[in-house]
Amino acid sequence: MRISGAQIIVECLKEQGVDTVFGYPGGTILPLYDALHDSAIRHILTVHEQGAAHAADGYARASGRVGVCIATSGPGATNLVTGLAAAFMDSIPVVAITGQVPTSLIGRDAFQEVDITGITMPITKHNFLVKDPARLAETLRYAFRIAASGRPGPVLVDVPRDVQTAAVLFEPAGEPEKVPFAMSGAVLARIDAAAEAIARARQPVIIVGGGAVAAEASSEVAALAERLACPVVSTLMGLGAVPASHPLFLGLTGMHGHKPANNCIHDADLIIAVGSRFSDRVTGDRVKYAAGKTVVHIDVDPAEIDKNVAAGIGLTGDMKTILAFLGERTPSGDTEAWWEKIAAWQADYRSEPDSGRLTAPWLFTEISSQTAGADCIFATDVGQHQMWAAQHLKIETPRTWLTSGGLGAMGFGLPAAMGAQIAAPGKRVIHIAGDGGFKMTGAELYTVAARRLPVISVIVNNSGLGMIRQLQHAFFDKRYTACELPAVDFTAFAAAFGIGAATADTPQEFAAAFAAALASPGPRVIVANIAPEDLVTPMVPPGAAINAYLDI
Amino acid sequence: MKHVLSILVYNQPGVLVRVAGMFSRRGFNIHSLAVGTTQDPRYSRITVVVCGDNGILDQVVKQLDKLVEVEAIQLLPPDASVRRGIAMVKIAAGGDKRAEVLKLAEVFRANIVDISEQTATFEITGDDDKIDAFVDLLGPYGILEMVRTGLAGLARGTSNIHQYERREYYEQIVL
Repeated sequence: MRISGAQIIVECLKEQGVDTVFGYPGGTILPLYDALHDSAIRHILTVHEQGAAHAADGYARASGRVGVCIATSGPGATNLVTGLAAAFMDSIPVVAITGQVPTSLIGRDAFQEVDITGITMPITKHNFLVKDPARLAETLRYAFRIAASGRPGPVLVDVPRDVQTAAVLFEPAGEPEKVPFAMSGAVLARIDAAAEAIARARQPVIIVGGGAVAAEASSEVAALAERLACPVVSTLMGLGAVPASHPLFLGLTGMHGHKPANNCIHDADLIIAVGSRFSDRVTGDRVKYAAGKTVVHIDVDPAEIDKNVAAGIGLTGDMKTILAFLGERTPSGDTEAWWEKIAAWQADYRSEPDSGRLTAPWLFTEISSQTAGADCIFATDVGQHQMWAAQHLKIETPRTWLTSGGLGAMGFGLPAAMGAQIAAPGKRVIHIAGDGGFKMTGAELYTVAARRLPVISVIVNNSGLGMIRQLQHAFFDKRYTACELPAVDFTAFAAAFGIGAATADTPQEFAAAFAAALASPGPRVIVANIAPEDLVTPMVPPGAAINAYLDI
Repeated sequence: MKHVLSILVYNQPGVLVRVAGMFSRRGFNIHSLAVGTTQDPRYSRITVVVCGDNGILDQVVKQLDKLVEVEAIQLLPPDASVRRGIAMVKIAAGGDKRAEVLKLAEVFRANIVDISEQTATFEITGDDDKIDAFVDLLGPYGILEMVRTGLAGLARGTSNIHQYERREYYEQIVL
């Protein structure tokens, strides 16, 4: 069958089971848009290509499937960059398809020409420029396989306009098979070594990261923790991998982690890391972090072993299998003395959020209690609100906590929430942003309104860039520069898109506004005004030991 | 410490940029790099000399292994491989100095590839130490210009890079 390159792209998307793409048209990608016209694939037009990339990312995070975004050459492609980098840093499977100027014009600085494969080389798992139409189908299939397999990540396929219009022979292939991950004998031997080390440990802790979510290894992690009677802490990316309500779960670890969780890491004699790459925001001082401890590092990517923290024992491969093998080989743990110590920390650091005024910790506790038992997905932006949300929301299931962890991209929240809401129409997506990040991509409310997506946007409004203010407070002698933002009427902004909004200045007003939003079927914006002076605590300064809390 | 790595890559546009980009992006230091075709037109082979301790070497190998176009990586240790580079050195060698320089070149088995009234250009093949020594000795005569290739190397005996080619599951699972 001879069809156009553009039709081949559509056919390949269908083969991969893609039903939704996020994009923005332009000159060099128009042949593909023409082919989409006749297809059943749903195209979500965003306001900006960055929104399309974040939405594809949010779609992937919420569903576990590959998210797809489309942009034209030049500015369309460059606008994807932040979104692809966010997906890359958090190992999220995304395929980006970009138009390119015709092959005859490449290298001639043609209108809307950029070398997008060159630009995105360091922020994609791999990328392709397809110059031969005959290789378009195999390239797209390969792109999806690269994006989803092993350690997932974004892949960009750049398709010149003439490749989209060329008529070429197309041979359909079925849906791709899932390939089981092979286990090498060397890993099995190291699993035994790990089991022995675990058996000797008196104060073990499991740190769970985003890799456990990607590997869908939640039940295996919980089973191992239960067998060892071992505390579990989570990185920002790992939230939801183990339910917040699990009795062994101590909460968030890292720069703004819960004190019992960080103390536990510091005092542990053995750390079992499951899908965590020991980011600097997790470890603080990398040397002090692992000093005197045995580190068992389980990851799909061999390059993560010994990259940031020297692992005594590195186990790479399929996480579910490794965890199951490890569980079979370890005796049930005796950690009573360890838990006495932990219980003392928990008692010392227990605090109820201030309910006398509207604060972020209080409102996230309130959101958690109002949404308990409901199917909700939380998508955050980046900054203080993100840390407060990570500390105080109770994330019970994987793929319901979507946050830009590695890149820390402000503006991620709203488009990611859109993508998640489209991936999971049966769930309610709650988007949480600060006023700064909301301004970056808030125009995507247009897309939310156009699609009637029932996203609830909670804007934690402290009239400023709170995390910047906090860093200037702590490290720049309270000299506040470029962090105080003049007031904006976000309710009027929402109204411009036809979205109802409420403002809350007190806990009572917030509770009522949030309950009303949950009860209403459509999109909703809630502006929660909090004090600009509020700081995220605890806080460990970057590069310090993970229990060296800053008194701010 | 210097390590010599041999990398078998798919012969595709941009592959050298990907490999070199990984080194610069992650702050690994390349001492030299040489690239060329192989007996199989599908592949090129890169020999790279990287500076760093064993921890860095371990990361370099693992990060290279993640590149989609990298097919095999082999470490070439000094005692189990042959490594050669080429240098061309042009010196001012007019008048009475000429005989002396020619003698020196003979000791190093360097060839004269160009000669004029005022200059002589030598070509020398060898490992880095040999080339360094030759260049040092030529220094006093006045080096006008010089050029050096990166090292190229092969393992001794039956050991070869194809033993390190990716196992079948890599075809399906891409890390």
